[in-house]
Amino acid sequence: MNDPKKEGVENLLQGLDYSVLQQCMHCGLCLPSCPTYVETLRERSSPRGRIAMMRAIADGDLETSRIFAEEMYFCLGCLACETACPAGVDYATLFEQSRAQVEASGVLDSRGRRLVRALALRWIFTSRRRISLLAKALYLFQKSGLRSFVRASGLLRLLPASLRELEPLTPEIQRASTRTLYQQRYRFLNPGSPKYRVALLSGCVQDIAFSDVNADTIGVLQLNGCEVILPEAQQCCGSLHAHNGDLASARDLARVNIDAFLPKRARGEEAEAVDAIIVNAGGCGSHMRHYDRLLADDVDYAERAAMWSRKVRDICEFLVEIDFRPPAASPDSDVLKVAYHESCHLKHGQGVSDQPRRVLESIPGVELAQLPEADWCCGSAGIYNITQPEMSMKLLDRKMGHIASIRPDVVATGNPGCVIQIEHGIRKHGLDARVQHPVSLLAAAYERRRVEVAKRDLSPESLIVEGGRPI
Amino acid sequence: MMDAATLSQFRSIVGDDQVLDSAEDLSVYAYDGTATLRVTPGCVLLPDTAEQVARILEIAHRRRLAVVTRGSGTGLAGGSVPVEGGIVLCLVRMNRIIEVDEANLAMVVEPGVTTQRVADEAAAAGLFYPPDPGSIKISTIGGNVANNSGGLRGLKYGVTRDYVMALQVVLADGQVLNTGTKCVKDVAGFTLKDLFIGSEGTLGVITSITLKLIPPPAAKQTMVAHFESMTDAAQTVSEIIRHKIIPCTLEFLDRVTIACVEEYAAIGLPLDVEALLLLEVDGHPAEVAEAADEIERLALAHGAREVRRAQSEAEAIGLASARRGAFSALARLAPTVVLEDVTVPRSELARMVAHIGAVGERYRVKIGTFGHMGDGNLHPTFLTDERDAEEMGRVEQAMREVFEFAVELGGTITGEHGVGLAKKPFLAGAIGPVAMDITRRLKADFDPEGILNPGKIFD
Repeated sequence: MNDPKKEGVENLLQGLDYSVLQQCMHCGLCLPSCPTYVETLRERSSPRGRIAMMRAIADGDLETSRIFAEEMYFCLGCLACETACPAGVDYATLFEQSRAQVEASGVLDSRGRRLVRALALRWIFTSRRRISLLAKALYLFQKSGLRSFVRASGLLRLLPASLRELEPLTPEIQRASTRTLYQQRYRFLNPGSPKYRVALLSGCVQDIAFSDVNADTIGVLQLNGCEVILPEAQQCCGSLHAHNGDLASARDLARVNIDAFLPKRARGEEAEAVDAIIVNAGGCGSHMRHYDRLLADDVDYAERAAMWSRKVRDICEFLVEIDFRPPAASPDSDVLKVAYHESCHLKHGQGVSDQPRRVLESIPGVELAQLPEADWCCGSAGIYNITQPEMSMKLLDRKMGHIASIRPDVVATGNPGCVIQIEHGIRKHGLDARVQHPVSLLAAAYERRRVEVAKRDLSPESLIVEGGRPI
Repeated sequence: MMDAATLSQFRSIVGDDQVLDSAEDLSVYAYDGTATLRVTPGCVLLPDTAEQVARILEIAHRRRLAVVTRGSGTGLAGGSVPVEGGIVLCLVRMNRIIEVDEANLAMVVEPGVTTQRVADEAAAAGLFYPPDPGSIKISTIGGNVANNSGGLRGLKYGVTRDYVMALQVVLADGQVLNTGTKCVKDVAGFTLKDLFIGSEGTLGVITSITLKLIPPPAAKQTMVAHFESMTDAAQTVSEIIRHKIIPCTLEFLDRVTIACVEEYAAIGLPLDVEALLLLEVDGHPAEVAEAADEIERLALAHGAREVRRAQSEAEAIGLASARRGAFSALARLAPTVVLEDVTVPRSELARMVAHIGAVGERYRVKIGTFGHMGDGNLHPTFLTDERDAEEMGRVEQAMREVFEFAVELGGTITGEHGVGLAKKPFLAGAIGPVAMDITRRLKADFDPEGILNPGKIFD
């Protein structure tokens, strides 16, 4: 039907190594793991169906059509199919290439969409400075009373229903950035003779909306014998870009981050400066592990990208790896019933599933409850709750039904997108629970112990070097 | 493409959004779980009720339009691959559990319910639905009945046919047939339901199924035995059966398959053995313990290097689901995996397995073999690349030899996957001219216009 050579545009699916497509032998074992298939029962909205369309495009039997494009944006990119797939299909690559092909083809193009994409992907989320400016503006809006006024005035009713639903999904901006908190609370705690030297990706959304999680991550690492560094020149990890068809920006950001975390060294110098690159956001970590693939063809970066991918660790994964100290106190005066919701990109993208549970189980006073369908997508999926509000809310309602069935005090989860989505779900369903990163519960437990110890007039230093005894 | 008038009639029956005819939608219903087969249909219809199915078939019958019925499309012999330009009748929306009848140990379901859900609903009522095909999590019960699917428990519990009490079937011209009852005994006339079980959608469209349920076993024990030689493993299987022990599961994996499954499931399978037997015994706790001890003794006496028992339910489930992924996991090794389904009397297992190895060497094709050794059902899987015509030719020849040898040993060309398109050329050789003739006459009677899954099983 369509000959890509005549189009003059390189078809990314045709340029792809065909064996990646061929790896799918359409057995269908992925179908029951796919949230969009289970909701729609449409083959087109299943991993197998999407791959069949990609292959038809690669074969020149199908065009990069609007239907295909919409289907690729209907896909959550949750990667549950990768976990389910016995054949080992690399769906993440197929997904990214397909969205990039959709963007290259321009089938979804419109003036508004171009503007939003240019503004978000190319302007705001390529610069930490601009993200932080935006955050300050939002912070003022949220804290100055302007938001209360807008909400009370009914001005929101002027917006279409789909947009109105989104307003509560705007994350609460925190006053202090990760760096400020790091300076204020934790810098003094960097251990004198560290066992490990690690660097933290502070993230973009995480840095402005969940800087406390970053601060908790740093504190917990330090209390477990790690020196933590926060590279100044780091930027957004680029997952937003890679998942939304902008692979060029994703590569640029990966290069910037590699330079910031693993600077190029002269021959003879010590090559590996940090033991691990720590990330506490499931979505970021999943993408960061793929820097090797993203920059495989870049002669200047391929080697360091491979080293980068080897060093990336989710915070809970790393804590278990270094045999973290179990806390001696509970984070709260009451027993906390905790439900663990698995971030898709932590579980399916990074294979980290057991470790966060082990961190939670180590905390006194935490009762870990079995959450049914814990690894089913909550509908956040990056910016999916903005682009596909209807399916996103269906999945959120499904998730909240399970959460309501066990009535936890805390929903623990390791990804900022899930936190925002589930917090919204809790308000919407009138539940009484808070959402926290597992590492924040761990930090709170350490902190309560510290306060207890401090009451006994011990210096902060004595608590770090309390010879092997848990803190 | 289907003509506009027909499509609009279908839309008035099932609703606008349940008629699919875009190029994209047609391309994703062009296949099932079988390698290399793709045929683009003219439209896809997703009815919601038996009445809609009947009205669709009336039209199809009048206009002589081919109708290929399917569920989740996990078939492994091309049975639900469409007919060019024809109708795909996809029944996944007919997925209601009509009734769980605890008084009669029966369950009434629509065809689009997944097998896993049947098993779960039975378990929730304290009952047991034993057939468990490899694709249990997504295969539909309608597809299971139409293919008389087997599974890992066939040895002790039989196959889908053994659990079908009654069926509702829409015939080719739209008439509705109800056949069978919830009665344990029923000899009123021919047992017509049996004709539809395993008919692969060529005689009618199944729209409701009454299943028999049984009480679940009180205890079970899963075990794994490691062997340095395939013959020892096969011999052990024969010995277990000879000692009148009937495990509910008696599976085997060869070295190639073990490596792929371990890469996928990471459950600690040994990578340095030639064969692995996965066994499960179930029943009364005392009986289970005794059988497990006896199996262990027999395996060790016949060359097993080690016998391990699963320590928990989770470990047992992990082993079984790893085994279920075997076929798909083999796709890690080659772009195209062609799965076969030969079955032989259990006394001939060692000869059959040896023959498969020899054929692979002779034709220089890589074969991974696994299967349900306890019931003689083997799945030699050819690892190849469909783009390599020369190698595909050798695969074809090797397959033919494997089939012929199976029939020679008193076996069959397919144990549980069905004939569909993939085994069609070999059917006459396996069942003989008289059976072929009766099959054709039955087909002509049930479906005079030849609209139901034409070209499948036989021409």
